[in-house]
Amino acid sequence: MGQLSLTDADREEMLAAIGVASVEELFRDIPAGVRFRGELDLEPALSEPELVRHLEELAAKNVDTTRELSFLGAGIYDHYVPAVVDAVLQRGEFLTAYTPYQPEMSQGVLQAIFEYQTAICELTGMDVSNASGYDGTTVAADACFVAKHATGRSKIVLAETLAPQVRQVVKTYAVGFGLEVVEVPHSGGTTDPERLAAAASGAAAVIFQQPNVFGILEDAPALAAAANDAGAMAIAHVDPVSLGVLEAPGNYGCAMAIGEGQSAGNYQSYAGPHYGFLAAKAEYTRRLPGRIIGETTDLNGERGYVLTLQTREQHIRREKATSNITTNQTLLALAGLVHLSWLGPQGLREVGETCMSLGAYAKERLGLQPAFPGTATFKEFAVRVGRPARDVIRDARAHGVHPGYAIGRGYEGMDDVLLIAVTEKRTPADIDRLAQVLAEARAR
Amino acid sequence: MKLIYEQSKPGRRASTLPQYDLPAVEVPTELRRAAPPRLPELAEPELVRHFTELSTRNFGIDTGFYPLGSCTMKHNPRVNERLVMLPGFKDLHPCQEEDGAQGALELMWRLQEILQEVAGLHACSLQPAAGSQGELTGLMLMRAYFEDIGEGEQRDTIITADTAHGTNPASVTMSGYKLEKVATDARGNLDVDDLRAKVNERTAGLMLTNPSTLGLFDEHIEEVAAIFHDAGSLLYYDGANLNAVCGISRPGDMGFDIVHINLHKTFSQPHGGGGPGGGPIVVREKLEPFLPVPAVVRDGDEFRLDHDRPKSIGKVRGFTGPFGVFVRSYAYIRAYGPALREMSEVAVLNANYLLARLRDAYDLPYDRLCMHEFVLSARALKREHGVSALDVAKRLMDYGYHPPTIYFPLVVPEALMIEPTETEPKERLDAFVDAMLAIAREAAESPELLHDAPTTRPVRRLDEVKAAKRAVVKYGFEEHPDLSGEAGEARQLEAQKGA
Repeated sequence: MGQLSLTDADREEMLAAIGVASVEELFRDIPAGVRFRGELDLEPALSEPELVRHLEELAAKNVDTTRELSFLGAGIYDHYVPAVVDAVLQRGEFLTAYTPYQPEMSQGVLQAIFEYQTAICELTGMDVSNASGYDGTTVAADACFVAKHATGRSKIVLAETLAPQVRQVVKTYAVGFGLEVVEVPHSGGTTDPERLAAAASGAAAVIFQQPNVFGILEDAPALAAAANDAGAMAIAHVDPVSLGVLEAPGNYGCAMAIGEGQSAGNYQSYAGPHYGFLAAKAEYTRRLPGRIIGETTDLNGERGYVLTLQTREQHIRREKATSNITTNQTLLALAGLVHLSWLGPQGLREVGETCMSLGAYAKERLGLQPAFPGTATFKEFAVRVGRPARDVIRDARAHGVHPGYAIGRGYEGMDDVLLIAVTEKRTPADIDRLAQVLAEARAR
Repeated sequence: MKLIYEQSKPGRRASTLPQYDLPAVEVPTELRRAAPPRLPELAEPELVRHFTELSTRNFGIDTGFYPLGSCTMKHNPRVNERLVMLPGFKDLHPCQEEDGAQGALELMWRLQEILQEVAGLHACSLQPAAGSQGELTGLMLMRAYFEDIGEGEQRDTIITADTAHGTNPASVTMSGYKLEKVATDARGNLDVDDLRAKVNERTAGLMLTNPSTLGLFDEHIEEVAAIFHDAGSLLYYDGANLNAVCGISRPGDMGFDIVHINLHKTFSQPHGGGGPGGGPIVVREKLEPFLPVPAVVRDGDEFRLDHDRPKSIGKVRGFTGPFGVFVRSYAYIRAYGPALREMSEVAVLNANYLLARLRDAYDLPYDRLCMHEFVLSARALKREHGVSALDVAKRLMDYGYHPPTIYFPLVVPEALMIEPTETEPKERLDAFVDAMLAIAREAAESPELLHDAPTTRPVRRLDEVKAAKRAVVKYGFEEHPDLSGEAGEARQLEAQKGA
């Protein structure tokens, strides 16, 4: 076993030093009735070359976005991940470290996450960001917990144009949190600020998504105002890649901004590991869940970084903590920082502009009926394909093109709607091919 | 060292991006970004140097010995990093149709089967993203189960040990239960008398780490399980310390009904400076209907996602969980096969060897053989020489070691919680012992060496009180405060960690 170093002689010396005759004796405190006799029923060990072959065979059974021209999105996107991300993440000092409890050993990751927090605050227009949550769904539940305690209210309003799985996770958590969840149906693909305002009365928070689940740009300032008028916290669920061209939630009245970080720096990876981000205005700093890195000085007055405001956290406050989170998604958040640093403000804006231009080209080229006419979109849009979308997907895939997501899985009356995502990795020629394959698939 | 933002110059960038000859699309005015986010502006060479320099100011398992108790900082096999980057894994979209994701689904199904065997239980969900989310999910399962059998209102309390990780009580609160704590007896086991007095018809269940955070196997676990089951309650196993008992004792056989497994501990997902992790839960048959959706199931030779679970608690995370973590842990276990038992045996051997060699120089609060970790106390050093566990930890840095976990568990004053893992050779253990013994001598002869430590790291001791008071949690650009003008003190919070 290449992971273990002890020789037989080492073992003998060590057992002698301990004063026991065998390794077996080390387990004498385990009652006989709960000892596992025999051998675990696991397949035989694989050598490293055999292991690689086995996993290559499993990987080959998947049809990934290098083998199929993919327009899948619905929360996870095939954006370009720059090579510097891989290079930084494979530094063993980052990869194999843990939570920086000992700051003198961990200035590298502490400073990096301080820089990440800064990037998230810049993107979202917020004052404080945590060091990451699990993903774009759990940060929504975290935000509800903050809102409940900040407002003393227990109603949460969710726009139906917030992705279904985000709403599902909020509802799962809501039982234990003691929250009532109210959903506001969409009107023609967007959320009506007046309906939202009516639902927001007496609510702790309102969560909406920008761009929304259909890729459509909501009138986000009006939605935030509807929440604020009712004394509810306005929480925007946003796509980091959109924030080079779209206004920051902190600049139109939101108390918090949350989202799935995958678009910035993480591979699709069949949904993880990725990172969720959670940022807020300063007044909520001491209510936030999770790690937060702060600046300070050392004995010599030199600048340094530490885990801070830890009296919010489970290891200090235990049952009174703002969250139970311990292990977070630091490495993936670091990837986000590296990606955003690679892009810079101009690169981020260009990615957004390119997605929008390609999206407009795709809409025109496909010539399909929009599911929601008269709406502006970012990198994803919904069209009616005239047949069950799942059938169209099947037929298009037979030609090596995955045309998008069958959004009818989450919304009634939309079985013939296809949600098509276009990132900067797709080309006009790719879109021409999509148009051709979809035309054939629809004609069937 | 400069922040990346302090190296920015307008006009510089590292990225090159495709330009297509397409008309620009305007964002509606009221939604358009007014001022660009101030992201870093550097070309690639300095970008790479910045992160490389940061990495040199960090310490990982690859750098050296990292005996951080309860975190299981074992070597992370490099082949797993290659495997996770196979395009069939890293470029697979989670909404891919099932027929285009058979390899991923098969890998997950196989991992579920393995975890069920290791836990000695019936069904598994890989969805929880970390141990603490596994805990919360387990408590949600308890609630769903009791509501299903009509005892939802009645059972409102969860019992935890006073040695528990902070996550346990925090999870209890988040799941809407009341918390009751049980004491530890003189041998480091749960106090059975205290337990009997507290378990009743209101008890939903127990959350327990076994071996405990003291590194001790509970000698009365069968009796403990019987007390809860006789009261109609459930037992939850916090798998943080599973590395001690793989193939040696299975939680299901101990009587636990729900188990979470920290894939980043026992099964070697690299810890990444704080994460990611993975917290699958494994349960007894009667709890299976309540597991999160979708379930990964096998139908003959095909694998699919089953969303049709009417009694499910719902979803606790997006899609089906952190897949890259599953790839690494699956590969890790396949490299061991049934010899997984040897992994745990060597972890326990290494820990007992360190304990045997350190027990004379430091206090040992519970004089027993340990499992994969043990807890010493620096209380005598503090009483006699005025040096604390924190001082010992900081001095270890000057000897080139990451310190153990300190001030946890809370029941041991001046605690030093040491977990060597199975991947350390005897030479590393011996060198660490030498350092610990030297530090104990220094504490008596020249305690200032401990008080002043560390002196060899990129920074000296940091002022945590100032950090919390000033709450500078992002770079402020032109308005960034200069904290160095204010005298720094080595004011550090004692409680360092909980899991």
